[in-house]
Amino acid sequence: MRDVAVISFAQAKNVRDAGAVNEVEIIMPVVAEAIAQSGLARSEIDFTCSGSSDYLQGAPFAFVMALDGAGAWPPISESHVEMDAAWALYESWVKIQSGHADSALIYGFSKASSGKLREVLNLQLDPYCVAPLGIDSVSLAALQARALLEKSAYSEKDFAEVAVRNRANAKNNPKAQLAGDYSVDEILAEPCLVSPLRKHDCAPISDGASVIVIAAGDIARRVCKRPAWIRGIDHRIEPHSLGARDLTVSASTRLAAEKAGVNQGPIDIAELHAPFTHQELILRDALQLKDDVEINPSGGALAGNPMMTAGLSRIGEAASRIISGQANRGVAHATSGPCLQQNLVCVLEGE
Amino acid sequence: MSGELCGIVGIGQTPYCAQRADVSIAGLCREAALNALEDAGLEWRDVDAVVLGTAPDMFEGVMMPELYLADALGATGKPMLRVHTAGSVGGSTAIVASTLIESGIHDRVLTVTFEKQSESNAMWALSSKQPFSPHINAGAGGYFAPLIRSYIRRSGAPEHIGMLVAYKDRLNALKNPLAHLRIEDISMEKIESSPMLWDPIRYLESCPSSDGACAMVVAREALAKDAPKKPAWILGHAMRSEPTMFCGRDEVNPHAGRECAKDVFNQAGITDPLKQIDMAEIYVPFSWFEPMWLENLGFAEEGKGWEMTDEGRTALDGDLPVNCSGGVLSSNAIGASGMIRFAEAARQVRGDAGDHQVPGARTALGHAYGGGSQFFSMWVVSSEQP
Repeated sequence: MRDVAVISFAQAKNVRDAGAVNEVEIIMPVVAEAIAQSGLARSEIDFTCSGSSDYLQGAPFAFVMALDGAGAWPPISESHVEMDAAWALYESWVKIQSGHADSALIYGFSKASSGKLREVLNLQLDPYCVAPLGIDSVSLAALQARALLEKSAYSEKDFAEVAVRNRANAKNNPKAQLAGDYSVDEILAEPCLVSPLRKHDCAPISDGASVIVIAAGDIARRVCKRPAWIRGIDHRIEPHSLGARDLTVSASTRLAAEKAGVNQGPIDIAELHAPFTHQELILRDALQLKDDVEINPSGGALAGNPMMTAGLSRIGEAASRIISGQANRGVAHATSGPCLQQNLVCVLEGE
Repeated sequence: MSGELCGIVGIGQTPYCAQRADVSIAGLCREAALNALEDAGLEWRDVDAVVLGTAPDMFEGVMMPELYLADALGATGKPMLRVHTAGSVGGSTAIVASTLIESGIHDRVLTVTFEKQSESNAMWALSSKQPFSPHINAGAGGYFAPLIRSYIRRSGAPEHIGMLVAYKDRLNALKNPLAHLRIEDISMEKIESSPMLWDPIRYLESCPSSDGACAMVVAREALAKDAPKKPAWILGHAMRSEPTMFCGRDEVNPHAGRECAKDVFNQAGITDPLKQIDMAEIYVPFSWFEPMWLENLGFAEEGKGWEMTDEGRTALDGDLPVNCSGGVLSSNAIGASGMIRFAEAARQVRGDAGDHQVPGARTALGHAYGGGSQFFSMWVVSSEQP
């Protein structure tokens, strides 16, 4: 395997509604910032890959106009996944491993404010047997949370503690949409949004974009003082049928973590893509993280959850702490689908 | 070519038709996947990863259908990727799958593409109203017709060329039992008298809306060599994109397409494409795109592509047979159409193309394009292991 590292990360401020700016306008400054920070010229970057979803934009080919924001003239070698851009990073990493490229620009974006996200996500479900039932994304997560409460020792207080920590961490994240000091009692006194989940247990609906530049060995070393090396990256999917899996564990995260070698060394920080508090608990267990691991120093998805790029942002947040020297070895995670159906795990390390 | 050598060891398609009412979306994809596994002499457990491609999710009304299709495609516990690069997606998906082999990450990868157009209406799915943009209810034909008109003006091509392409591809389709449109009494007169849809594109010069899926199994060198059937070897693959609109962009002969062709031929060691390529499956959704792409790909000089068509050189018995399967004009399950081109090129060099086989084909090109003639994916495959 070739050595490949994250050398640059930038993101737009996560906001509830970006208003009268379109996706291209959200992406363009973030791409420019990530490229400037990478030390590479746009023309020196061999491959470009993005992640987005047509259904969030309400149009076919959401990624097509976005090319204007990424810069595609003269023509570029480019691909797109209809997934979180963390998987675009995976595709780019594979491209570099195959020798077809030495560097890549990865971006993801969405403007979920254009539609009704909870209802839109219903369209991800089995179109014949499940989607027609009309169940929305928060209700599905609530089913999972209820199953976890019934099967494990976790309580709603544990959920609230996750919310408190993430919102407090987000105070140090200038791009966060939600940040602040809350107490567990305060949160538990709130009414449920969809029982047993309260508003604080759920990620906000966000507009945003994020961008990462990765590069192979010598290039990374030349342009970056302390690259965040990708030591392992793997992703796995589980059955879609909710009755065919145990919702209280994340078998795919566990397997991906094993393949990516998460526990082959001590972990300082973990950035977990958990749009709901109870999912962070499930993921922490699946990754077998020790108690001293700092989880979501950025505030995680609970601080801002732009669909299709919140997973890529987790990789970026972990990588930037390694690049800055605040951390040495970190794990980043991204998820897709209802109730953590698909998961990606990436291990990052300094020199 | 970079990385490990990759071979195509299994190819599976469904028949293409207007509506597969007998299967679900999952059933359709699984049918193609099972056909590819059977062709490769493999089982589900032999597959390391699954790469799915399809065109805009609105064609079926399922958001990110890879999530729902994971069960039917045996992906549980495996990595699964979903590619979407507009009309070129079928080709791009095959390229992503082969890159997973070339990188040394996996031994065997299953890749599946599909469209079940009968679930909705592609024309309207392509024409949703967007904020900040003028609303164009054009569909693909309305979008491409002015480009064709521009090609005719520039090249001085006579008007019958488009009809000639349609006639040739529809004759080829009669040799392909999987083709959607098999028009037994096809003739130039019949094409000429068909309704003009988007001047200069007539009804019979257009692709149909199809249901169908195409799948392939790709494997690393050692496994491909031991496969029960002869593999097709990938000599090179490339993708290129350029923005939809800007002043001075040549939409008739796009720069991205020319660069993509140059790149893929370079990797495959091809210096004289017309001489060294034995057949090509080119993405031709409207008849006139055959001469346009012949020029863009470098098989003909600019302005001269139509002469190759006119002289019959792209017919099954010509020196560069194009779209022997009947092409996109005969079967258009959009998300799969690019992969069908890639797979049909591979079938030819495997000597496994049935009645539409080009005798002795050793090297073939698979080509796909999408968006506003701005996304390109191509591969060159060979019967000979490099």
